[in-house]
Amino acid sequence: MTFLKSPAVRVGVSISIATGLYGISFGALSVTSGLDFWQTMALSLLLFSGGSQFAFIGVLSGGGSGLAAMSAAALLGIRNGVYGMQLNALLRPRGMLKIAAAQLTIDESAATGTGQTDLLEQRRGFWVAGIGVFVLWNVFTAGGALVGDALGDPKHWGLDGAAVAAFLGLLWPRIKARQPAVIAGVCAVATLLTAPFVPPGIPILVAAVVAGLIGWFRHGHEHDGMEPDVEPYAHDAAAHGQAERFGRGHDDGAAEGAS
Amino acid sequence: MNLWPWILLSAALAFGTKLLGYLVPAKVLANPRMSRVAGTLTIGLLAALTVLNAAVSGQHLVTDARLGALLAAAVALRFKAPFLVVVLVGAGAAAGLRLLGWA
Repeated sequence: MTFLKSPAVRVGVSISIATGLYGISFGALSVTSGLDFWQTMALSLLLFSGGSQFAFIGVLSGGGSGLAAMSAAALLGIRNGVYGMQLNALLRPRGMLKIAAAQLTIDESAATGTGQTDLLEQRRGFWVAGIGVFVLWNVFTAGGALVGDALGDPKHWGLDGAAVAAFLGLLWPRIKARQPAVIAGVCAVATLLTAPFVPPGIPILVAAVVAGLIGWFRHGHEHDGMEPDVEPYAHDAAAHGQAERFGRGHDDGAAEGAS
Repeated sequence: MNLWPWILLSAALAFGTKLLGYLVPAKVLANPRMSRVAGTLTIGLLAALTVLNAAVSGQHLVTDARLGALLAAAVALRFKAPFLVVVLVGAGAAAGLRLLGWA
């Protein structure tokens, strides 16, 4: 399988473009929330986690303090630690690669990496999506920050709608079965119920706690939620992916990767 | 308000959180319960991110063009559209609905 024909690479590239593009909306919203160009770029280059970045500027533009903005961003970033554990078990990066992998650990790279069947594809998926999103996210953040006011309201371009669609696209393949769909529904309801009563950023942690408790106490179903999310892309990897999921892939992945 | 300290602290916390995940011994994850929790967490967080982006603004529940984007994306996914098409459909739906006057 050549690099560019690889399903993981193709998924990684599409996710990079889709996610990178809405960096425009972050850049534009960030400068309109009171940050300057380089502060905006510092968030995209150093903090590099879309949800946390939006939370940070969202709290500020809502009148919150720097401390509140930082707290919301940090709490939203906890899931990246969970992704880090998954990816470390899956990809086993070493030395400096571990540092680079950590910085590139975000929703999109984790979903693309853990969504693949064998080790080679998992690595390709993670690195292509991670590097791709990093480069495009920063390029488009810069573009959005520069265009800023000139662009007017990014909502006019439907960029917030693009974000909604992207998250649903990542969730969709994981809720084919009834139980995962119920879990998603319960967590969505928990999020909506708590959102009016707690500071921005907290509802997502409520959902995480609910989901974690469900996972802790239910039996079986070790692989719910670890489905490859290549299915919507209609590549053949999705069919094979159902058999090999998180926590197993690296055992025999090397052999498959050579095929 | 000088925001630089908060920006840099936030970046350090974000990177520290990510790195911590890589420093937890792999053995910790090698049991079914951890796998289950990691799996349900993925579903729960993606579901939460989806509805937050679709129907929450600050601390308010709102129905605006983003809800239309959610529905349009669901239809596109139902018809097995590629990821990028789904995203473009979402953007198009939100922008289109706003053109029609729905906030």
